[in-house]
Amino acid sequence: MLRILRAGFFSTIQDLGRFGYRDKGVPVSGAMDLYSAQFANALLGNTKDAALIEMTMLGGKFQFLEPTVIAVSGAFMNPMLNGEVVLQNKLIKIQPNDVLHFGTAEKGFRTYLAVKDGFKTETILGSRSMYPSVTTQSVLKTNDQIIYKPFQGVQQTFSKVRYDDTCLESSVLDAFKGVEFGMLSENQKQQLFSKDFSVSKNNNRMAYQLEPKLDNNLKPILSSPVLPGTVQLTPNGTLIVLMRDCQTTGGYPRVLQLTQSAVNVLSQKTLGNRLRFVLKE
Amino acid sequence: MDYELKFSRYNECSILIEWPAVMDENMLKDILDYKKSIQNSSVELVVEVINTFNSLLIIYDLTIDNVYGEILRLKSLKIKAETIEEASSKLWRIPVCYDADFGIDLEAFSKEKQLSKNEVIELHSSAIYTIFFIGFLPGFLYLGGLNKKLHLDRKSTPNLDIKKGSVGIGGNQTGIYPKNSPGGWHIIGKTPVDFFNAKSSPPCVFNAGDKLQFFAISKTEFLDLEQDVKNNKFQLTPELYA
Repeated sequence: MLRILRAGFFSTIQDLGRFGYRDKGVPVSGAMDLYSAQFANALLGNTKDAALIEMTMLGGKFQFLEPTVIAVSGAFMNPMLNGEVVLQNKLIKIQPNDVLHFGTAEKGFRTYLAVKDGFKTETILGSRSMYPSVTTQSVLKTNDQIIYKPFQGVQQTFSKVRYDDTCLESSVLDAFKGVEFGMLSENQKQQLFSKDFSVSKNNNRMAYQLEPKLDNNLKPILSSPVLPGTVQLTPNGTLIVLMRDCQTTGGYPRVLQLTQSAVNVLSQKTLGNRLRFVLKE
Repeated sequence: MDYELKFSRYNECSILIEWPAVMDENMLKDILDYKKSIQNSSVELVVEVINTFNSLLIIYDLTIDNVYGEILRLKSLKIKAETIEEASSKLWRIPVCYDADFGIDLEAFSKEKQLSKNEVIELHSSAIYTIFFIGFLPGFLYLGGLNKKLHLDRKSTPNLDIKKGSVGIGGNQTGIYPKNSPGGWHIIGKTPVDFFNAKSSPPCVFNAGDKLQFFAISKTEFLDLEQDVKNNKFQLTPELYA
């Protein structure tokens, strides 16, 4: 059992996401930075779909009641075990009653806490990823208790695996042309790839709005499929990048589509971070 | 009928097929037949196929190495889709209470459209709607077939808290809010039926291609049905629609 002594700013349980229900309007969800989440799971030898805790901006404080092994990946939030500094992207052995504590994100925005065999919260429609109106709980709260399977064996280390910090360091969003890219004027295309954009205060698991606005006269389109990483251009010229909890369909022109690794890069960005788009082939 | 289709890569692991940008029931059948054909023949490769008014998005398990080859394979499945036999579809009959307590905008809506409230209710509940797809929110149906006399642009100021089950009209569409949500539609009634329940299997009984018709119920009937839904005593059963 994991006791949540302090939940942090916004912490949820996430896995790879919820597949097979998008044609009922259910978002795919899943870890925002899938690279870091999968890295933490891989270190532990977990299956890819093992559920972990995603912390945002300000981490939490957790007490482990049984022995296990954990790994921390993603944004740097100064992890401390019983008051001692511990390393990210390495296996950390846990004894009963150990307390793990995180601070404010210094590099990146989202940190993953993975445990051997994953956290065993409720599975709804094939996934443990929290999402309002699908899972009973949509965010972790202080005093929650989460089940995990105790583990006392020796966890083999995969010392060759190195964490690639591109998703934390990069400010480049690689993108393919979106479905409606051709509707843009030459001037708009030029703005799209020459301007520096920054993350606005409207950024969450559903979407990131960027600043500044583009000149725009494009009309909405017939509601059409969208995916995480779809960049929409609204009638007032705001660029909205859809993220993991996005709706399944949308009615704004889809001007770009981020590559999957660019979605991870953007997931680690926060208010004011600067970005630019680079067209892929 | 032959439609001009456009195939393109959407991202590393999905392909988009587009039909002309219109809402059309015959075209929807073409899209859904193709969707079925892709799902039946690509079980191991394809995770999900999503349709909208004029698109199919095919999402694969892994990165598509050879996009051109995969598009050719998809094209060959279109030919097979055309041989799928005609199946009758389901007709769902949905109870709606148009009482002023629930249909908070019905009065204003009918004035704006210069119709009586009864005319609005009659026009809204006599039509047979087609479910084009489900999107926007879990369990939100995109319905086609709203009578032109009922078309009205969305409100300029959205309502911040529209109650779950509210039935509304926005532009040329009518729909049901599957959960409490902000929205700009004119609310003309409310249904006690649950449109999405993550803990039921399936979580939403409706499918693209199904038909739907509303029927008016009184406030007393609404409250009774609402209790039945709460106590799991209500089950929606579709009729066959030839």
